Amino acid sequence: MSHESTVSATTVTLKHSLQRGNFDLSVDTQIPAKGITGLFGESGSGKTTLLRCIAGLEADVSWDTRPIHKRGVGYVFQEPQLFPHLDVRGNIEFGLRRSSAPRVDQPKVVEMLGLGDLLDRTPDRLSGGEAQRVAIAAVLLRSPQLVLMDEPLASLDQRRKDELLPYLDRLHDELSVPMIYVSHSIDEVSRLCDHLLLIDNGKIVASGELHEMLSRLDLPMLSGPNAGSVIEAKPWRYDHDYDLTQFNFSGGELSVPGLYDTSTPNLRLRIAARDVSICLEQPENTTIMNILEARIDDVQFAEPSSALVRLAIGTDYLLALITRRSVARLDLKRGDRVFVQVKSVTVRR
Amino acid sequence: MDAMTDMSVFAPLLLSLQLALVTTVVLLLIGTPLAWWLSQTPSRLKPAAQAIVAMPIVLPPTVMGFYLLILLGPNGAIGSWWVEITGSALTFSFTGLVVASCVYSLPFAVQPLQSAFESLPRQSMEFAWTQGASKLDAFFAVAVPMSTRGFIGASVLAFAHTLGEFGVVLMVGGNIPGETRVVSIAIYDHVETLNYSAAHQMSLLLLGFAFIVLFAMFVINRRWSTR
Repeated sequence: MSHESTVSATTVTLKHSLQRGNFDLSVDTQIPAKGITGLFGESGSGKTTLLRCIAGLEADVSWDTRPIHKRGVGYVFQEPQLFPHLDVRGNIEFGLRRSSAPRVDQPKVVEMLGLGDLLDRTPDRLSGGEAQRVAIAAVLLRSPQLVLMDEPLASLDQRRKDELLPYLDRLHDELSVPMIYVSHSIDEVSRLCDHLLLIDNGKIVASGELHEMLSRLDLPMLSGPNAGSVIEAKPWRYDHDYDLTQFNFSGGELSVPGLYDTSTPNLRLRIAARDVSICLEQPENTTIMNILEARIDDVQFAEPSSALVRLAIGTDYLLALITRRSVARLDLKRGDRVFVQVKSVTVRR
Repeated sequence: MDAMTDMSVFAPLLLSLQLALVTTVVLLLIGTPLAWWLSQTPSRLKPAAQAIVAMPIVLPPTVMGFYLLILLGPNGAIGSWWVEITGSALTFSFTGLVVASCVYSLPFAVQPLQSAFESLPRQSMEFAWTQGASKLDAFFAVAVPMSTRGFIGASVLAFAHTLGEFGVVLMVGGNIPGETRVVSIAIYDHVETLNYSAAHQMSLLLLGFAFIVLFAMFVINRRWSTR
């Protein structure tokens, strides 16, 4: 049993092994010491156990001679753990008062998480999303070296999730503290994270930069229904008549329903592989708005019936999930020039 | 009601209240760490410890009183040691009553505390630790305030139970006015000597007092749970 987690200027090293009955956790990996790293895997794959090892919460585990309270690792639980006898202010100052780390800008964190009006409330009068924001603020105010978030959205309904996500976006954009974000939702991960760790049965099966990971065809966890790519694109023109925003990216243009502020820098767009289809000739008279020219970069047969195709467009990649039969019928192979129809694009942030 | 009866009614009552108060304070000091240990330990000794703590609930007061008398008496293991340090006997003294009451009322303090500690969400403590609180700090800053109901319950039950004890007090303390003559003994005495009016006064006072204390506890508990 060995345990070690260290945070240096550029990397966070995670080295943990633990045996619990039939379950064997064995992790030895590094992640960047900035941005959000998604820890993605199915239930029971060891995500929470790994986080608890890093925080030192697994009872028989001591990789670090320092007691838990001196490690500078912040932990946001799935269910926000606020202290019922303290109001919001008392809750967020609990850790601050016990911290010797350099002070964080408290008003800024309170503002970033929209807590200004909640400070005098008791936790029983907060919604699930508000309580989670308070918990996140409490953790950040301690200026930890590493923040661990264990599916902070999992206990919320969709509306509350949508409420909380923009706050997480802001944290991502404005804070430098490295975070590990556990999730089993590829949507959340592709929206928030910069780096991805895939965990299966207690082992890290792959890790890397988000875009690169999402364009890999050899990862069973990221093929099938989860397959999809993420591109950075700049909103540059809004069409009033049809309520469409046109985005520019390395491979051309994409139209997306709705109004997006054209003064913002790049936004992150997610295109699910099942929403992408391939034609050999330029399709005409189709209802699909977004048609792009691409080169087939790789073809991988995923399941007996389906194939995952990686398409190079500009410097970006799109994935298409199509049937094996189509691959055979159109004789698709590496290097072919094709046309790509994109049925739906989600703006992640 | 002349001054004499007045004194004879109130002196035992005051002594009872004093005994109950001191016992409650001592039991909270001893019972809290004991209850915490019982609530957290994975030790195999836990069931044995729990059984020992719960014994006073089951045993007749005379059994408890008998063993305490032997233990605390001038020749007993604890009593002889006490005589050596202080020069006076533990039995038939107020201090002896406090010791006996603490043993007798222990489960009434420990059990509410233990169940309050056991119902604390584990993650609340974990959150406190990761937020920079040491184990001791987290205990006082989180576990104690989150267990207020347990502390109220433990105090009220220990207090009320000590107030109502008779057998143990009689055997360990006897009937010394101003020292060990608590209200339950005094009532027994009055009934024996057929002084029913004095017995009535004291019994009624105790009855009213018991009701008020328990009523207050349940009101507080209700308010707490509906908050």
